[in-house]
Amino acid sequence: MAERSEEISRRQFLAKVSIGLSALAGAVVGIPIIAYLLSPLINPAVNKWRSLGPAALFVVGETIQATFQDPSPLPWAGLTAETAVWVRRNSIKLNDFTVFAVNCTHLGCPVNWLPDARIFLCPCHGGVYYADGTVAAGPPPRRLFEYQTRVVDGDLQILSRPLPVG
Amino acid sequence: MKPGQRIYGWLDERLGISQVVLPVIAHPVPRGVDWWYVFGSATLAAFIFQIITGVALAMAYVPAPTSAYASLNFITHDAVLGSLIRGIHYFGASAMVILIFVHLAHEFLAGSYKFPRELNWLTGVLLLFLTLGMAFTGQLLRWDQNAYWAVVVAAEQAGRTPLIGNWLTQLVIAGQTVGGATLTRFYAIHVFLLPALMFLLLGVHLYLVIHLGISEPPKAGQPVDPATYQEHYERILKEDGEPFFPDAAWKDVVFALAVGVIVVALAIFVGPAHLGPVADPTIVKADPRPDWYFLWYFALLALIPPNIENVFIIGFPTIVAILLIVLPFFANKGERSPARRPWAVGIVLMAAISLGVLIREGDVAPWSPNFSPGPIPTSITAHLSPSAQRGVVVFEAKGCHDCHMVAGTGGQRGPDLTHIGALTRPQLITRVINGGNNMPAYGGNISPQDLSDLVDFLQSLK
Repeated sequence: MAERSEEISRRQFLAKVSIGLSALAGAVVGIPIIAYLLSPLINPAVNKWRSLGPAALFVVGETIQATFQDPSPLPWAGLTAETAVWVRRNSIKLNDFTVFAVNCTHLGCPVNWLPDARIFLCPCHGGVYYADGTVAAGPPPRRLFEYQTRVVDGDLQILSRPLPVG
Repeated sequence: MKPGQRIYGWLDERLGISQVVLPVIAHPVPRGVDWWYVFGSATLAAFIFQIITGVALAMAYVPAPTSAYASLNFITHDAVLGSLIRGIHYFGASAMVILIFVHLAHEFLAGSYKFPRELNWLTGVLLLFLTLGMAFTGQLLRWDQNAYWAVVVAAEQAGRTPLIGNWLTQLVIAGQTVGGATLTRFYAIHVFLLPALMFLLLGVHLYLVIHLGISEPPKAGQPVDPATYQEHYERILKEDGEPFFPDAAWKDVVFALAVGVIVVALAIFVGPAHLGPVADPTIVKADPRPDWYFLWYFALLALIPPNIENVFIIGFPTIVAILLIVLPFFANKGERSPARRPWAVGIVLMAAISLGVLIREGDVAPWSPNFSPGPIPTSITAHLSPSAQRGVVVFEAKGCHDCHMVAGTGGQRGPDLTHIGALTRPQLITRVINGGNNMPAYGGNISPQDLSDLVDFLQSLK
């Protein structure tokens, strides 16, 4: 008996093989599934230049809402393929635009522009920003996020950013 | 032998009904298992309502941003009894959340998490988290403006996690922005992933309830000692036990029926959750609010000091979760009776009061600006001087009214200005120009004439 206990018995061997093969079967199916679920990380979308429309349509000094289509939206994305931004043309110069993300820097709710008061107000927790995007009041930790802009053939474009914008 | 008995005999021989099932149903429980013990089974009953109505809803719901909202409108207005089914699913969810919290509070107060029922508690706490996960993902499937911005807020909160924040956000919304892939992901989580985990944990939870027995009603002066408890519990059952069915189970059935009747009545007379405007990221005139189960957290995030917020958003739920999970492993013996555990009673009372107050605050949301405050009453404006009349226009145009009350109208973000005329002219001008205490400075943003008119109006408010 003492000799046998040093060897692996047939039963112990079969138990180990069974557990090992089960784990292998789990891995064979599990690893592709996990990779599939993590695909947003493995295959991240790239920031792209998106059009906001003809630059000439934006009036100097006015802050207006514009929308752009997300890079590579899914065919069934519907309305959610669009993203809103606040656009201000600062001067008549070719590319002198300020484009703010609509998302409050606190938790991402959409800020509203009050044209007479010249402030952005957030409906969720009462964040307030001045016209230049700096924080005027409330919980936001930093100024409104801005997009890079360029004008190509008279078309105002911004470089898209992922959520959370920042 | 009658045919019925023969059929039963045939089935019994194969299914082991009298050998396995009946003893489980009639397993002895301590006498004195009272109405406080019905909340676990009522939570289970609510879960079963949710599964049945959920399957029914899934037969018509289309989880794509192009169609989800329209399919819900179809269920609500056109499908036969669709409104009722949606209503039961909505109020059933609320019932389940309430019941699971009462169940938690009772087991905590009765010290039922102590030896040997640590794993009953642990599986129960995990089921609580999953239930809240179901509540959250369920709200999103409405795919109205509230739902859309709730996803954005959830993604931003996930983004505050140290180191892995951005990855986590992209996993939550399945990409870089909330879009086509987001809704299907939440749908799969709501109808497959979370329910599957809940079935699994529920199986373990119920197995443990049967295997270890229902905890006896606590008595002061009878502390749990792991060395002797099992013996003590078996003696209670032997000396004064009663079969679970029907002696104790009838209360569970009566209460579950009452819950069901209330849920159905609410579904009929109040109706399903209101569908807001369709989710459209390009419409920023939104007023995002979570359903009531998360209003307390919404309120907390408005009320805590901003400088601790980064730690708080992820840290607070994590700490509460860890405390709930480790509780039975640090306090698994000693007194069970709430009469001997004043801290336990205090914690439950504090938690209940805090949740109640915060949910109420979250519902009112006085920190949010009021974007449509309506006109200032004519009782105020009628007798004003011409310059003060112009001041009223400035007051409304500059957004003052969105944050300040005047005679019962307006926002509650800033102080009520109904009697602000008590301040002097220089004081008012200084405040408007410089702002302060969470008020924006209007210095570069108001003409001298407008400022003068505005202050004329403010000074008339006495």
